[in-house]
Amino acid sequence: MIVTSWSETLGPGNYLARRLRRDTVLRIEDTEGDACVQLLAFNANNTGERFNPGDTMKIPWQAYIGQGSLILSDMGRVLMTVIDDNSGRHDCICSGSNRKDNDTRYGDGSIGGGAPNARDLLSLAGAKEGLSRSDIGPCLNLFKAVRVAPDGALTLEREPRGGLHVELRAEMNVIVLLANTPHRLDDRATYSATAAVVAGRMETRPLPDPFRAGADERLRLFENTETYASEVM
Amino acid sequence: MRELVLDVVVPARASWTGVVKAGQTMRAIDVEGNQAIDFLLYDAHDFVHRYSGADTIASQRNVYLVTGTALLSNEGVAMMTIVNSTCAYHDTIGGTCSREVNAVRYGRHTAHQHACADNFLDAALRLGMEKRDIVANVNFFMNVPVETDGRLGIVDGISAPGLFVDLRAEIDVLVLISNCPQINNPCNGYNPTPIQIQIW
Repeated sequence: MIVTSWSETLGPGNYLARRLRRDTVLRIEDTEGDACVQLLAFNANNTGERFNPGDTMKIPWQAYIGQGSLILSDMGRVLMTVIDDNSGRHDCICSGSNRKDNDTRYGDGSIGGGAPNARDLLSLAGAKEGLSRSDIGPCLNLFKAVRVAPDGALTLEREPRGGLHVELRAEMNVIVLLANTPHRLDDRATYSATAAVVAGRMETRPLPDPFRAGADERLRLFENTETYASEVM
Repeated sequence: MRELVLDVVVPARASWTGVVKAGQTMRAIDVEGNQAIDFLLYDAHDFVHRYSGADTIASQRNVYLVTGTALLSNEGVAMMTIVNSTCAYHDTIGGTCSREVNAVRYGRHTAHQHACADNFLDAALRLGMEKRDIVANVNFFMNVPVETDGRLGIVDGISAPGLFVDLRAEIDVLVLISNCPQINNPCNGYNPTPIQIQIW
């Protein structure tokens, strides 16, 4: 029997890893309103292909991620599509905290301490799916937004706001690594994060797919991904 | 009086690899102007410890790299510091060009044009690294403004002939440079040109 849906809690300072088939929808809920979920995605069949924040931002000429955004790999293909988002606040620029950040801010940023850092948690999640520390590159932050001022200065939008969710549809078979840790620009003195709920479900892709339509670049990204997903794995 | 230990011209479209030891300074010169230099850094003794654009800009809370910016590693360690830049600022969010992305952005007829990702990959493979070791890079002399609604641009107009950036190594670093071959947007003025690298 194949399990077609699942759900689990991703607590503050915790991590998880999942392998998702193409067409699986990953739903992440920030029910209490103060989660910050770090996400990395890899092509499950060739993990050298992975989330590329630069391409994700520059192909659509848009630094802010939201409803309809495509999470791109470095190979001109789509890893995941944001098919539903009621938060409007994510961050593709700052990535997650490292040990040094959290040691400095909270005192003990180690994985067993009171303020586990994102990079070490994602490294553990990746290791359990066969990835190494060198695979842990810049990640996406969900539910906290970084805004860029005209002079380049960054500010964090983090006011607690419950009932947020985002849904990402896998466009190829992917490995997803998640952690839930305070954003590295969060200047509160205490390690502040609330639990997220992470759920997966298999879905049938609607035809025509409303998320496929758009600019020429978007069509080529989907064509590339569809061709790839049709190849022998 | 500066004693140069290296002074080389990197031809248009080519790559360059070298080690800069802690305390040494590397100067990258935009010889003819409007030439993007794609740039990666690795700890010379541990390639898993490497440049992180996200750490660099989160730490200074600003997306632009300027005089005084410390280029941080994925563990938050200062690898090099921009001690002098005659170009107003530099980019580290735009990433590299690649064959695959050129084809997406500019049409399939561009899929076989030379690109920075291949320069980086070629250099990394020779050093025993893999494609997975190529991470988000610096684009010296490249202008990628972010508008208030999040819109990005790649526009020219901030670099000029002879502008340079001086980088002091804080630890021994391996430098990978791709002298950007892009001809489909203004990052090189549609005309890739040589750059000059000096170390003292």
